[in-house]
Amino acid sequence: MNSLTYNLKQALQQIFRNKGMSVASIFAITAMMLILGLFFVLTVNVNLFTEMVKADYDQIEVFLEDSTSKAEAQEIMDQVAVHEHVEDVEYRSKKDALKIMKKRWGENSYLLDTLGENPLPNSLLITIDNLESAEDVTSYLGEFKGIEDIKYYKETVEKLTMVTDFLQIACLIIMAFLVIVSVVVVSNTIKLTVMARAKEISIMKYIGATNWFIRGPFFAEGVILGIFSSLVSAGITFAVYSKVVGAIGTQVMTILSSPLVPAGYMAGNLICIFLAMGISIGACGSIISMRRFLDT
Amino acid sequence: MITFENVTKTYNGNRGLVEANVHIDKGDFVFLVGPSGAGKSTFIKLILKEINADSGKITVGDWEVTGLSNREIPELRRGIGIVFQDFRLLPKKTVYENVAFAMEVIHKSKRQIRKRVPQVLSLVGISDKADKYPDELSAGEQQRVAIARAIINNPSLLIADEPTGNLDPDTATEIMDLLNQINITGTTIVMVTHAKDIVDRMKKRVIAIEKGHIVRDEFGQYGFEEEGAAEDEQFDI
Repeated sequence: MNSLTYNLKQALQQIFRNKGMSVASIFAITAMMLILGLFFVLTVNVNLFTEMVKADYDQIEVFLEDSTSKAEAQEIMDQVAVHEHVEDVEYRSKKDALKIMKKRWGENSYLLDTLGENPLPNSLLITIDNLESAEDVTSYLGEFKGIEDIKYYKETVEKLTMVTDFLQIACLIIMAFLVIVSVVVVSNTIKLTVMARAKEISIMKYIGATNWFIRGPFFAEGVILGIFSSLVSAGITFAVYSKVVGAIGTQVMTILSSPLVPAGYMAGNLICIFLAMGISIGACGSIISMRRFLDT
Repeated sequence: MITFENVTKTYNGNRGLVEANVHIDKGDFVFLVGPSGAGKSTFIKLILKEINADSGKITVGDWEVTGLSNREIPELRRGIGIVFQDFRLLPKKTVYENVAFAMEVIHKSKRQIRKRVPQVLSLVGISDKADKYPDELSAGEQQRVAIARAIINNPSLLIADEPTGNLDPDTATEIMDLLNQINITGTTIVMVTHAKDIVDRMKKRVIAIEKGHIVRDEFGQYGFEEEGAAEDEQFDI
Protein backbone atom coordinates (compact mmCIF):
# COMPACT_ATOMS: atom_id res chain seq x y z
CA MET A 1 0.00 0.00 0.00
CA ASN A 2 1.57 3.31 1.02
CA SER A 3 4.62 1.65 2.51
CA LEU A 4 6.75 3.51 -0.04
CA THR A 5 5.52 6.87 1.21
CA TYR A 6 5.97 5.68 4.78
CA ASN A 7 9.59 4.71 4.15
CA LEU A 8 10.37 7.90 2.26
CA LYS A 9 8.80 10.09 4.92
CA GLN A 10 10.72 8.38 7.70
CA ALA A 11 13.95 8.50 5.70
CA LEU A 12 13.70 12.22 4.96
CA GLN A 13 12.93 12.89 8.61
CA GLN A 14 16.04 10.96 9.61
CA ILE A 15 18.20 12.77 7.09
CA PHE A 16 17.08 16.18 8.34
CA ARG A 17 17.42 15.24 12.00
CA ASN A 18 21.01 14.22 11.33
CA LYS A 19 21.89 17.05 8.98
CA GLY A 20 25.60 17.13 9.85
CA MET A 21 26.27 13.49 9.15
CA SER A 22 24.02 13.44 6.11
CA VAL A 23 25.95 16.30 4.55
CA ALA A 24 29.23 14.64 5.49
CA SER A 25 28.33 11.42 3.75
CA ILE A 26 27.02 13.25 0.70
CA PHE A 27 30.36 15.04 0.51
CA ALA A 28 32.28 11.81 0.84
CA ILE A 29 30.33 9.99 -1.85
CA THR A 30 30.41 13.02 -4.14
CA ALA A 31 34.19 13.36 -3.74
CA MET A 32 34.76 9.74 -4.58
CA MET A 33 32.43 9.92 -7.57
CA LEU A 34 34.22 12.98 -8.89
CA ILE A 35 37.49 11.08 -8.88
CA LEU A 36 35.72 8.22 -10.52
CA GLY A 37 34.23 10.64 -13.04
CA LEU A 38 37.69 11.91 -13.94
CA PHE A 39 38.87 8.38 -14.66
CA PHE A 40 35.72 7.61 -16.56
CA VAL A 41 36.09 10.64 -18.81
CA LEU A 42 39.74 9.83 -19.40
CA THR A 43 39.06 6.20 -20.23
CA VAL A 44 36.23 6.99 -22.60
CA ASN A 45 38.37 9.47 -24.50
CA VAL A 46 41.39 7.21 -24.71
CA ASN A 47 39.09 4.45 -25.90
CA LEU A 48 37.66 6.65 -28.59
CA PHE A 49 41.14 7.69 -29.64
CA THR A 50 42.25 4.07 -29.83
CA GLU A 51 39.24 3.14 -31.91
CA MET A 52 39.88 6.02 -34.26
CA VAL A 53 43.50 5.03 -34.67
CA LYS A 54 42.58 1.41 -35.17
CA ALA A 55 40.00 2.27 -37.81
CA ASP A 56 42.52 4.49 -39.57
CA TYR A 57 45.30 1.99 -39.41
CA ASP A 58 44.02 -1.42 -40.26
CA GLN A 59 45.70 -0.32 -43.43
CA ILE A 60 49.22 -0.48 -44.69
CA GLU A 61 50.42 2.58 -46.49
CA VAL A 62 52.85 1.94 -49.27
CA PHE A 63 54.60 5.06 -50.51
CA LEU A 64 55.80 4.82 -54.07
CA GLU A 65 58.94 6.36 -55.48
CA ASP A 66 58.14 9.36 -57.66
CA SER A 67 59.74 7.52 -60.56
CA THR A 68 57.25 4.68 -60.38
CA SER A 69 54.76 5.00 -63.19
CA LYS A 70 51.04 4.47 -62.97
CA ALA A 71 51.35 1.23 -64.96
CA GLU A 72 54.02 -0.14 -62.64
CA ALA A 73 51.88 0.78 -59.69
CA GLN A 74 48.95 -1.07 -61.26
CA GLU A 75 51.13 -4.16 -61.62
CA ILE A 76 52.06 -4.07 -57.94
CA MET A 77 48.41 -3.62 -57.03
CA ASP A 78 47.33 -6.66 -59.04
CA GLN A 79 49.88 -8.85 -57.34
CA VAL A 80 49.18 -7.54 -53.87
CA ALA A 81 45.45 -8.03 -54.29
CA VAL A 82 45.84 -11.80 -54.52
CA HIS A 83 47.59 -12.06 -51.12
CA GLU A 84 45.47 -14.02 -48.68
CA HIS A 85 45.44 -11.32 -45.97
CA VAL A 86 44.69 -8.42 -48.28
CA GLU A 87 41.12 -7.31 -48.55
CA ASP A 88 41.42 -4.25 -50.70
CA VAL A 89 44.01 -2.18 -52.52
CA GLU A 90 43.45 1.42 -53.43
CA TYR A 91 45.57 3.85 -55.34
CA ARG A 92 45.94 7.33 -53.89
CA SER A 93 47.59 10.00 -55.97
CA LYS A 94 49.62 12.91 -54.61
CA LYS A 95 46.66 15.21 -55.28
CA ASP A 96 44.15 13.10 -53.43
CA ALA A 97 46.51 12.74 -50.48
CA LEU A 98 46.80 16.50 -50.14
CA LYS A 99 43.05 16.95 -50.39
CA ILE A 100 42.50 14.48 -47.59
CA MET A 101 45.09 16.16 -45.43
CA LYS A 102 43.47 19.55 -45.98
CA LYS A 103 40.14 18.17 -44.99
CA ARG A 104 41.51 16.69 -41.80
CA TRP A 105 43.19 19.92 -40.79
CA GLY A 106 39.90 21.71 -41.14
CA GLU A 107 40.05 25.44 -40.59
CA ASN A 108 43.82 25.31 -40.20
CA SER A 109 44.23 23.89 -43.69
CA TYR A 110 45.30 27.28 -45.08
CA LEU A 111 48.71 26.46 -43.63
CA LEU A 112 49.07 23.81 -46.30
CA ASP A 113 48.47 26.33 -49.08
CA THR A 114 51.96 27.75 -48.57
CA LEU A 115 53.61 24.47 -49.46
CA GLY A 116 54.08 25.20 -53.13
CA GLU A 117 54.90 21.89 -54.78
CA ASN A 118 52.99 18.96 -53.35
CA PRO A 119 55.49 17.05 -51.18
CA LEU A 120 53.27 14.02 -50.69
CA PRO A 121 54.08 10.85 -52.63
CA ASN A 122 51.72 8.66 -54.57
CA SER A 123 50.71 5.75 -52.43
CA LEU A 124 48.85 2.47 -52.23
CA LEU A 125 46.43 1.87 -49.43
CA ILE A 126 46.26 -1.79 -48.59
CA THR A 127 43.44 -2.81 -46.33
CA ILE A 128 44.32 -5.99 -44.51
CA ASP A 129 42.06 -8.40 -42.68
CA ASN A 130 43.58 -7.41 -39.36
CA LEU A 131 46.62 -5.73 -37.92
CA GLU A 132 48.20 -9.01 -36.90
CA SER A 133 48.91 -9.90 -40.51
CA ALA A 134 50.63 -6.58 -41.23
CA GLU A 135 54.15 -8.04 -40.95
CA ASP A 136 53.26 -10.87 -43.25
CA VAL A 137 52.01 -8.54 -45.92
CA THR A 138 54.93 -6.17 -45.49
CA SER A 139 57.54 -8.82 -46.04
CA TYR A 140 55.67 -9.89 -49.17
CA LEU A 141 55.74 -6.28 -50.39
CA GLY A 142 59.50 -6.14 -49.89
CA GLU A 143 59.90 -8.17 -53.10
CA PHE A 144 58.56 -5.39 -55.32
CA LYS A 145 60.55 -2.57 -56.91
CA GLY A 146 59.55 1.10 -56.96
CA ILE A 147 58.52 1.23 -53.33
CA GLU A 148 60.03 3.98 -51.23
CA ASP A 149 58.60 3.23 -47.80
CA ILE A 150 56.04 1.06 -46.04
CA LYS A 151 54.15 2.26 -43.02
CA TYR A 152 51.90 0.42 -40.67
CA TYR A 153 50.92 1.08 -37.08
CA LYS A 154 50.84 -2.22 -35.32
CA GLU A 155 53.14 -1.10 -32.53
CA THR A 156 51.42 2.21 -32.05
CA VAL A 157 48.05 0.57 -31.75
CA GLU A 158 49.42 -2.04 -29.38
CA LYS A 159 50.84 0.66 -27.14
CA LEU A 160 47.59 2.54 -27.17
CA THR A 161 45.67 -0.57 -26.26
CA MET A 162 48.07 -1.09 -23.39
CA VAL A 163 47.42 2.41 -22.11
CA THR A 164 43.67 1.90 -22.33
CA ASP A 165 43.86 -1.41 -20.52
CA PHE A 166 46.05 0.10 -17.82
CA LEU A 167 43.68 3.02 -17.35
CA GLN A 168 40.75 0.70 -17.06
CA ILE A 169 42.43 -1.50 -14.47
CA ALA A 170 43.65 1.48 -12.46
CA CYS A 171 40.15 2.90 -12.61
CA LEU A 172 38.69 -0.35 -11.30
CA ILE A 173 41.14 -0.62 -8.40
CA ILE A 174 40.74 2.99 -7.31
CA MET A 175 37.00 2.67 -7.68
CA ALA A 176 36.94 -0.43 -5.49
CA PHE A 177 38.77 1.41 -2.70
CA LEU A 178 36.58 4.47 -2.98
CA VAL A 179 33.43 2.41 -2.99
CA ILE A 180 34.49 0.67 0.22
CA VAL A 181 35.25 4.01 1.87
CA SER A 182 31.90 5.41 0.79
CA VAL A 183 30.02 2.40 2.07
CA VAL A 184 31.71 2.76 5.46
CA VAL A 185 30.88 6.46 5.63
CA VAL A 186 27.25 5.90 4.71
CA SER A 187 26.86 3.01 7.11
CA ASN A 188 28.22 5.15 9.95
CA THR A 189 25.79 7.93 9.18
CA ILE A 190 22.89 5.56 9.18
CA LYS A 191 24.13 3.79 12.29
CA LEU A 192 23.55 7.06 14.15
CA THR A 193 19.90 7.13 13.24
CA VAL A 194 19.60 3.42 13.91
CA MET A 195 20.97 3.88 17.42
CA ALA A 196 18.73 6.84 18.05
CA ARG A 197 15.85 4.52 17.24
CA ALA A 198 17.18 1.35 18.86
CA LYS A 199 14.34 1.22 21.36
CA GLU A 200 11.76 1.68 18.65
CA ILE A 201 13.40 -1.09 16.62
CA SER A 202 13.34 -3.52 19.54
CA ILE A 203 9.66 -2.78 20.12
CA MET A 204 8.95 -3.27 16.43
CA LYS A 205 10.63 -6.65 16.60
CA TYR A 206 8.57 -7.73 19.60
CA ILE A 207 5.39 -6.68 17.86
CA GLY A 208 6.30 -8.85 14.90
CA ALA A 209 7.61 -6.43 12.29
CA THR A 210 9.59 -8.15 9.56
CA ASN A 211 13.23 -7.23 9.13
CA TRP A 212 12.45 -5.57 5.84
CA PHE A 213 9.75 -3.43 7.40
CA ILE A 214 12.24 -2.25 10.01
CA ARG A 215 14.98 -1.79 7.46
CA GLY A 216 12.77 0.10 5.01
CA PRO A 217 13.26 3.66 6.26
CA PHE A 218 17.00 3.20 6.77
CA PHE A 219 17.33 1.59 3.38
CA ALA A 220 15.50 4.54 1.86
CA GLU A 221 17.77 6.90 3.78
CA GLY A 222 20.88 5.29 2.26
CA VAL A 223 19.43 5.26 -1.22
CA ILE A 224 18.38 8.91 -0.99
CA LEU A 225 21.87 9.93 0.14
CA GLY A 226 23.31 7.90 -2.74
CA ILE A 227 20.99 9.35 -5.37
CA PHE A 228 21.57 12.89 -4.17
CA SER A 229 25.36 12.48 -4.24
CA SER A 230 25.33 10.91 -7.68
CA LEU A 231 23.22 13.72 -9.12
CA VAL A 232 25.54 16.33 -7.62
CA SER A 233 28.69 14.63 -8.88
CA ALA A 234 27.23 13.88 -12.31
CA GLY A 235 26.28 17.56 -12.55
CA ILE A 236 29.74 18.77 -11.56
CA THR A 237 31.52 16.31 -13.85
CA PHE A 238 29.29 17.26 -16.77
CA ALA A 239 29.77 20.99 -16.20
CA VAL A 240 33.54 20.74 -15.92
CA TYR A 241 33.82 18.40 -18.88
CA SER A 242 31.75 20.62 -21.16
CA LYS A 243 34.01 23.52 -20.24
CA VAL A 244 37.06 21.42 -21.07
CA VAL A 245 35.65 20.28 -24.40
CA GLY A 246 34.70 23.86 -25.24
CA ALA A 247 38.14 25.18 -24.36
CA ILE A 248 40.54 22.64 -25.85
CA GLY A 249 38.35 20.37 -28.01
CA THR A 250 39.53 21.87 -31.29
CA GLN A 251 43.17 21.86 -30.30
CA VAL A 252 42.97 18.20 -29.34
CA MET A 253 41.38 17.52 -32.70
CA THR A 254 44.30 19.15 -34.50
CA ILE A 255 47.06 17.61 -32.43
CA LEU A 256 45.77 14.06 -32.13
CA SER A 257 43.45 14.17 -35.13
CA SER A 258 40.82 12.57 -32.90
CA PRO A 259 37.86 14.40 -31.35
CA LEU A 260 36.98 14.47 -27.64
CA VAL A 261 33.80 12.61 -26.83
CA PRO A 262 31.06 15.26 -26.90
CA ALA A 263 29.82 16.26 -23.43
CA GLY A 264 26.18 15.71 -24.31
CA TYR A 265 26.87 12.17 -25.44
CA MET A 266 28.77 11.49 -22.23
CA ALA A 267 26.05 12.88 -19.94
CA GLY A 268 23.60 10.01 -20.30
CA ASN A 269 26.14 7.32 -19.51
CA LEU A 270 27.63 9.36 -16.71
CA ILE A 271 24.31 9.79 -14.94
CA CYS A 272 23.40 6.12 -15.31
CA ILE A 273 26.74 4.93 -13.92
CA PHE A 274 26.73 7.41 -11.05
CA LEU A 275 23.14 6.64 -10.12
CA ALA A 276 23.75 2.91 -10.16
CA MET A 277 26.81 3.35 -7.95
CA GLY A 278 25.19 5.84 -5.63
CA ILE A 279 22.16 3.65 -5.08
CA SER A 280 24.21 0.54 -4.43
CA ILE A 281 26.56 2.36 -2.07
CA GLY A 282 23.61 3.74 -0.12
CA ALA A 283 21.83 0.41 -0.03
CA CYS A 284 24.92 -1.54 1.06
CA GLY A 285 25.77 1.06 3.68
CA SER A 286 22.34 0.93 5.24
CA ILE A 287 22.15 -2.85 5.28
CA ILE A 288 25.60 -3.13 6.87
CA SER A 289 24.74 -0.56 9.52
CA MET A 290 21.62 -2.49 10.51
CA ARG A 291 23.12 -5.96 10.59
CA ARG A 292 23.91 -5.95 14.29
CA PHE A 293 20.45 -4.73 15.21
CA LEU A 294 18.54 -7.29 13.25
CA ASP A 295 20.28 -10.60 13.80
CA THR A 296 17.87 -12.37 16.06
CA MET B 1 -0.98 -23.47 23.81
CA ILE B 2 2.61 -23.81 25.01
CA THR B 3 4.58 -27.02 25.45
CA PHE B 4 8.20 -27.50 26.46
CA GLU B 5 9.53 -31.03 25.99
CA ASN B 6 12.92 -31.71 27.59
CA VAL B 7 14.10 -28.22 26.76
CA THR B 8 17.65 -27.34 27.74
CA LYS B 9 19.40 -24.04 27.21
CA THR B 10 22.87 -23.22 28.49
CA TYR B 11 24.90 -20.04 28.10
CA ASN B 12 28.60 -20.85 27.70
CA GLY B 13 28.25 -23.68 30.19
CA ASN B 14 26.00 -21.76 32.59
CA ARG B 15 22.59 -23.34 32.85
CA GLY B 16 19.60 -21.29 31.80
CA LEU B 17 17.02 -24.03 31.68
CA VAL B 18 17.55 -27.77 32.20
CA GLU B 19 15.35 -30.55 30.82
CA ALA B 20 12.22 -28.45 31.25
CA ASN B 21 8.80 -30.02 30.64
CA VAL B 22 5.82 -27.68 30.72
CA HIS B 23 2.37 -27.78 29.25
CA ILE B 24 0.16 -24.70 29.28
CA ASP B 25 -3.36 -24.97 27.89
CA LYS B 26 -5.21 -22.41 25.86
CA GLY B 27 -6.94 -19.92 28.17
CA ASP B 28 -4.67 -20.63 31.14
CA PHE B 29 -3.39 -17.92 33.45
CA VAL B 30 0.07 -18.91 34.64
CA PHE B 31 2.48 -17.20 37.00
CA LEU B 32 6.14 -17.85 36.40
CA VAL B 33 8.02 -17.34 39.64
CA GLY B 34 11.47 -17.90 41.04
CA PRO B 35 14.54 -16.06 42.28
CA SER B 36 16.40 -13.68 39.99
CA GLY B 37 18.57 -15.57 37.50
CA ALA B 38 16.60 -18.78 37.95
CA GLY B 39 15.67 -19.10 34.28
CA LYS B 40 12.39 -17.20 33.99
CA SER B 41 13.74 -14.86 31.31
CA THR B 42 15.23 -17.81 29.45
CA PHE B 43 11.78 -19.38 29.45
CA ILE B 44 10.19 -16.25 27.97
CA LYS B 45 12.96 -15.68 25.45
CA LEU B 46 12.63 -19.25 24.24
CA ILE B 47 8.91 -18.76 23.63
CA LEU B 48 9.63 -15.63 21.59
CA LYS B 49 12.59 -17.30 19.88
CA GLU B 50 14.88 -14.49 20.95
CA ILE B 51 17.23 -17.34 21.78
CA ASN B 52 17.33 -20.91 20.52
CA ALA B 53 17.12 -24.02 22.69
CA ASP B 54 20.12 -26.34 22.76
CA SER B 55 17.86 -29.38 22.78
CA GLY B 56 14.21 -30.30 23.25
CA LYS B 57 11.08 -29.16 21.48
CA ILE B 58 8.95 -26.07 22.06
CA THR B 59 5.56 -25.42 20.52
CA VAL B 60 3.50 -22.25 20.82
CA GLY B 61 0.00 -22.46 19.34
CA ASP B 62 0.39 -24.00 15.91
CA TRP B 63 4.06 -23.08 15.69
CA GLU B 64 6.87 -25.45 16.41
CA VAL B 65 9.18 -22.76 17.70
CA THR B 66 12.30 -24.90 17.81
CA GLY B 67 11.97 -25.66 14.11
CA LEU B 68 11.20 -22.13 13.00
CA SER B 69 13.47 -20.25 10.61
CA ASN B 70 14.46 -16.68 11.44
CA ARG B 71 12.26 -15.55 8.58
CA GLU B 72 9.18 -16.91 10.35
CA ILE B 73 9.86 -15.24 13.72
CA PRO B 74 7.80 -12.11 12.93
CA GLU B 75 4.77 -14.29 12.15
CA LEU B 76 5.21 -16.12 15.48
CA ARG B 77 5.39 -12.85 17.41
CA ARG B 78 2.28 -11.43 15.78
CA GLY B 79 0.34 -14.07 17.68
CA ILE B 80 1.93 -13.06 20.99
CA GLY B 81 1.39 -9.86 22.94
CA ILE B 82 4.12 -8.65 25.30
CA VAL B 83 4.03 -6.31 28.27
CA PHE B 84 7.21 -5.21 30.05
CA GLN B 85 8.01 -3.92 33.50
CA ASP B 86 9.31 -0.65 32.00
CA PHE B 87 6.34 -0.27 29.57
CA ARG B 88 8.59 0.46 26.55
CA LEU B 89 6.36 3.07 24.97
CA LEU B 90 7.69 5.34 22.26
CA PRO B 91 8.14 8.74 23.92
CA LYS B 92 7.57 10.81 20.77
CA LYS B 93 4.29 9.18 19.91
CA THR B 94 0.94 9.85 21.56
CA VAL B 95 -1.01 7.13 23.31
CA TYR B 96 -3.12 6.65 20.21
CA GLU B 97 -0.03 6.49 17.96
CA ASN B 98 1.76 4.08 20.27
CA VAL B 99 -1.11 1.65 20.08
CA ALA B 100 -1.74 2.22 16.37
CA PHE B 101 1.94 1.56 15.75
CA ALA B 102 1.44 -2.13 16.57
CA MET B 103 -1.09 -2.33 13.75
CA GLU B 104 0.96 -0.28 11.28
CA VAL B 105 3.89 -2.60 11.78
CA ILE B 106 1.88 -5.53 10.52
CA HIS B 107 0.47 -3.54 7.58
CA LYS B 108 -3.10 -3.02 8.76
CA SER B 109 -5.03 -0.42 6.80
CA LYS B 110 -5.70 3.09 8.12
CA ARG B 111 -9.40 2.29 8.23
CA GLN B 112 -8.91 -0.82 10.35
CA ILE B 113 -6.61 1.12 12.69
CA ARG B 114 -9.07 3.98 13.14
CA LYS B 115 -11.76 1.50 14.04
CA ARG B 116 -9.80 -0.77 16.34
CA VAL B 117 -7.60 1.58 18.42
CA PRO B 118 -10.44 3.42 20.22
CA GLN B 119 -12.06 0.07 21.06
CA VAL B 120 -8.93 -1.19 22.76
CA LEU B 121 -8.21 2.11 24.49
CA SER B 122 -11.66 2.02 26.05
CA LEU B 123 -11.19 -1.63 26.97
CA VAL B 124 -8.12 -0.77 29.06
CA GLY B 125 -9.82 2.35 30.36
CA ILE B 126 -7.75 5.21 28.96
CA SER B 127 -9.92 6.54 26.14
CA ASP B 128 -9.63 10.05 27.55
CA LYS B 129 -5.81 9.97 27.32
CA ALA B 130 -5.55 9.14 23.61
CA ASP B 131 -3.81 12.40 22.66
CA LYS B 132 -1.41 12.52 25.61
CA TYR B 133 2.26 11.60 25.42
CA PRO B 134 3.62 8.82 27.65
CA ASP B 135 5.47 11.22 29.97
CA GLU B 136 2.17 12.96 30.74
CA LEU B 137 0.73 9.75 32.15
CA SER B 138 1.04 7.98 35.48
CA ALA B 139 2.90 4.68 35.62
CA GLY B 140 -0.36 2.74 35.82
CA GLU B 141 -1.74 4.56 32.79
CA GLN B 142 1.42 3.90 30.85
CA GLN B 143 1.13 0.20 31.60
CA ARG B 144 -2.45 0.29 30.36
CA VAL B 145 -1.22 1.77 27.09
CA ALA B 146 1.37 -1.00 26.88
CA ILE B 147 -1.33 -3.60 27.48
CA ALA B 148 -3.52 -2.00 24.83
CA ARG B 149 -0.62 -2.22 22.40
CA ALA B 150 -0.02 -5.86 23.35
CA ILE B 151 -3.60 -7.00 22.76
CA ILE B 152 -4.59 -4.83 19.82
CA ASN B 153 -3.82 -7.52 17.25
CA ASN B 154 -5.83 -10.12 19.19
CA PRO B 155 -2.95 -12.34 20.25
CA SER B 156 -3.86 -15.75 21.60
CA LEU B 157 -1.01 -15.48 24.09
CA LEU B 158 -0.05 -12.54 26.29
CA ILE B 159 3.33 -12.55 28.01
CA ALA B 160 3.71 -10.12 30.89
CA ASP B 161 7.23 -9.67 32.23
CA GLU B 162 6.84 -8.26 35.76
CA PRO B 163 4.05 -5.91 34.64
CA THR B 164 3.48 -4.61 38.17
CA GLY B 165 7.16 -4.23 39.06
CA ASN B 166 7.12 -0.44 38.78
CA LEU B 167 3.64 0.13 40.20
CA ASP B 168 2.26 0.86 43.65
CA PRO B 169 0.04 -1.85 45.18
CA ASP B 170 -3.30 -0.23 44.30
CA THR B 171 -2.32 0.38 40.68
CA ALA B 172 -0.88 -3.12 40.53
CA THR B 173 -4.23 -4.51 41.60
CA GLU B 174 -5.98 -2.55 38.84
CA ILE B 175 -3.55 -3.88 36.25
CA MET B 176 -4.06 -7.43 37.52
CA ASP B 177 -7.84 -6.98 37.21
CA LEU B 178 -7.32 -5.85 33.65
CA LEU B 179 -5.14 -8.87 32.86
CA ASN B 180 -7.69 -11.14 34.48
CA GLN B 181 -10.39 -9.61 32.31
CA ILE B 182 -8.29 -10.19 29.20
CA ASN B 183 -7.74 -13.78 30.31
CA ILE B 184 -11.48 -14.32 30.69
CA THR B 185 -12.00 -13.41 27.01
CA GLY B 186 -9.84 -16.40 26.13
CA THR B 187 -6.29 -15.06 25.93
CA THR B 188 -3.65 -17.28 27.49
CA ILE B 189 -1.50 -15.30 29.92
CA VAL B 190 2.00 -16.10 31.14
CA MET B 191 3.15 -13.62 33.74
CA VAL B 192 6.62 -13.44 35.24
CA THR B 193 6.49 -11.87 38.69
CA HIS B 194 8.13 -11.42 42.06
CA ALA B 195 4.96 -10.09 43.67
CA LYS B 196 4.09 -12.69 46.31
CA ASP B 197 0.92 -10.95 47.44
CA ILE B 198 -0.50 -10.85 43.93
CA VAL B 199 0.23 -14.49 43.25
CA ASP B 200 -1.17 -15.63 46.60
CA ARG B 201 -4.32 -13.59 46.14
CA MET B 202 -5.08 -14.57 42.54
CA LYS B 203 -4.87 -18.32 43.19
CA LYS B 204 -3.77 -19.22 39.66
CA ARG B 205 -1.43 -21.85 38.40
CA VAL B 206 2.16 -21.21 39.55
CA ILE B 207 5.25 -22.57 37.81
CA ALA B 208 8.35 -22.14 39.96
CA ILE B 209 11.81 -22.16 38.43
CA GLU B 210 14.99 -22.41 40.44
CA LYS B 211 18.53 -22.81 39.13
CA GLY B 212 17.22 -23.72 35.71
CA HIS B 213 14.93 -26.48 36.94
CA ILE B 214 11.17 -26.41 37.15
CA VAL B 215 10.75 -27.18 40.84
CA ARG B 216 7.01 -26.80 41.23
CA ASP B 217 3.91 -26.56 39.04
CA GLU B 218 0.64 -26.30 40.95
CA PHE B 219 -2.32 -24.04 41.67
CA GLY B 220 -2.04 -21.62 44.55
CA GLN B 221 0.83 -19.98 46.32
CA TYR B 222 3.94 -18.01 45.38
CA GLY B 223 5.95 -20.42 47.52
CA PHE B 224 9.21 -18.52 47.67
CA GLU B 225 10.10 -16.09 50.36
CA GLU B 226 9.68 -12.66 48.91
CA GLU B 227 13.05 -11.19 48.09
CA GLY B 228 13.94 -8.35 50.46
CA ALA B 229 11.15 -9.37 52.80
CA ALA B 230 12.88 -12.53 53.93
CA GLU B 231 13.43 -11.49 57.53
CA ASP B 232 9.79 -10.63 58.23
CA GLU B 233 8.71 -13.96 56.87
CA GLN B 234 10.98 -15.86 59.18
CA PHE B 235 9.54 -14.10 62.21
CA ASP B 236 6.03 -15.02 61.14
CA ILE B 237 6.72 -18.74 61.02
